[in-house]
Amino acid sequence: MGFLSQAWVIARKDIIGELRTRETVLSMLLFGFLVILIFNFGIEPGLREENLVKPGVLWAAFTFAGILGLNRSFIAEKENDCLQGLLLCPVDRSVIYLGKFFGNFIFTLSMGLVVFLFFSVLYNVNLVQVALPLGAILVLTTIGFTAVGTLFSAVSVGLKTRDVILSILLIPVMVPVVLAAAKSSGRVLDGDSLAGAGLWLALLVVYDVIFLTVAIMLFDYAVEE
Amino acid sequence: MKGLWKYFDHFPAIRGLDVELELGRFLTVFGPNGAGKTTLIRVLSTQIQPSQGEVEVGGCVLPGQAYRLRRHVGVISHNTYLYPNLTARENLTFFGRMYRVPDLGDRIKTLLEEVGLSGRRDDLVRTYSRGMQQRLSIARALLHDPDIMFLDEPYTGLDQHASRMLRDVLKTLHTGERTLVMTTHNIEQGLEMCDEVAIQVRGRLVFRENVGAIDRAGFEQTYFDHVGKDFRWDS
Repeated sequence: MGFLSQAWVIARKDIIGELRTRETVLSMLLFGFLVILIFNFGIEPGLREENLVKPGVLWAAFTFAGILGLNRSFIAEKENDCLQGLLLCPVDRSVIYLGKFFGNFIFTLSMGLVVFLFFSVLYNVNLVQVALPLGAILVLTTIGFTAVGTLFSAVSVGLKTRDVILSILLIPVMVPVVLAAAKSSGRVLDGDSLAGAGLWLALLVVYDVIFLTVAIMLFDYAVEE
Repeated sequence: MKGLWKYFDHFPAIRGLDVELELGRFLTVFGPNGAGKTTLIRVLSTQIQPSQGEVEVGGCVLPGQAYRLRRHVGVISHNTYLYPNLTARENLTFFGRMYRVPDLGDRIKTLLEEVGLSGRRDDLVRTYSRGMQQRLSIARALLHDPDIMFLDEPYTGLDQHASRMLRDVLKTLHTGERTLVMTTHNIEQGLEMCDEVAIQVRGRLVFRENVGAIDRAGFEQTYFDHVGKDFRWDS
């Protein structure tokens, strides 16, 4: 069994557990809905600047709801000290990181898709026009978000104040991703093609590659004791 | 291991341990709560890294060769390492795949029968009693047929039936080919099958002897003589 297939075994285990409890994705979704709804109350319909605000609302909802999910990512591993059982397995630590990353990616992407649908209804977004380019931005953003988030979730899981610590650690590092996501999706929502947001998309890709690599390298230190 | 120290922040949980154990032997380490027994098991089983000293287990030098050693090590702890939202079979399948166990389906079937859980193999672990979870954790630890077993207070929380089953499992494991290290504070259970005994107090081994050379009936007194009836960490 190869490197990636063993990582998939870990992700699959997380998905089966999540399908049974639905704790992570449901709480992320509810939180995402609430953030979008609350922003919607604060924005006057027909406001000229509405288009400027929309991407910020979407990615604020995505970020806060995503952090909620990442917080739960390693909590399941703490029950019965499962993380120790996992660390005892004769696999490279990077396999464990990738397994957890795959699981978090699937949960966060699922949340992002549903939140985007909800957003498109409330903010009157033409789905047919923007679904593909926004989908691509969502995938790239989710990769960067969960790459860093999975690492920080492992760092903070042993702490009593993990919820706060994860947000404090993650949000500053996420600034380039959220900025690039908001700017590129703003262009798309304004009717531009994806090519119009080329530089921001390039930033997302570079961020994803760098932080995924760094996180794989640092995970061993993150889970040590 | 030679001169093993393990610090948590500035607190030394293990203080300069020197231990050598031949392959195939069964060592029981006794000690009061807080003596560093669990820390010792966690260092030897590669769960945590030593702060100082030389540690070699099964020919692998730690922490450098921890990855190679893990394939040969099984751990039974008072924590079960089992996922409560998976069934018994799903838990064993998961760990079996991580250890790349051949003929996994047959192996799981055999082990579940051995630990008496085949009738509940498709029930979620969270619905199991403490004793049943511990029995399943024994099956998990034996999945990859390890050469070295570490048992950290394995009798904790077990009912009579599960304790007897664990004793039977230990008997089958103690064939002279497998090395076993068990920590416990229960003298009767600890002395039952081991070849050697040790007493650990305040992170140091203060007593070590072949089990044949000790007076079993008087061992409790030996234990208290070394630990002290008024054991305190600050003394």
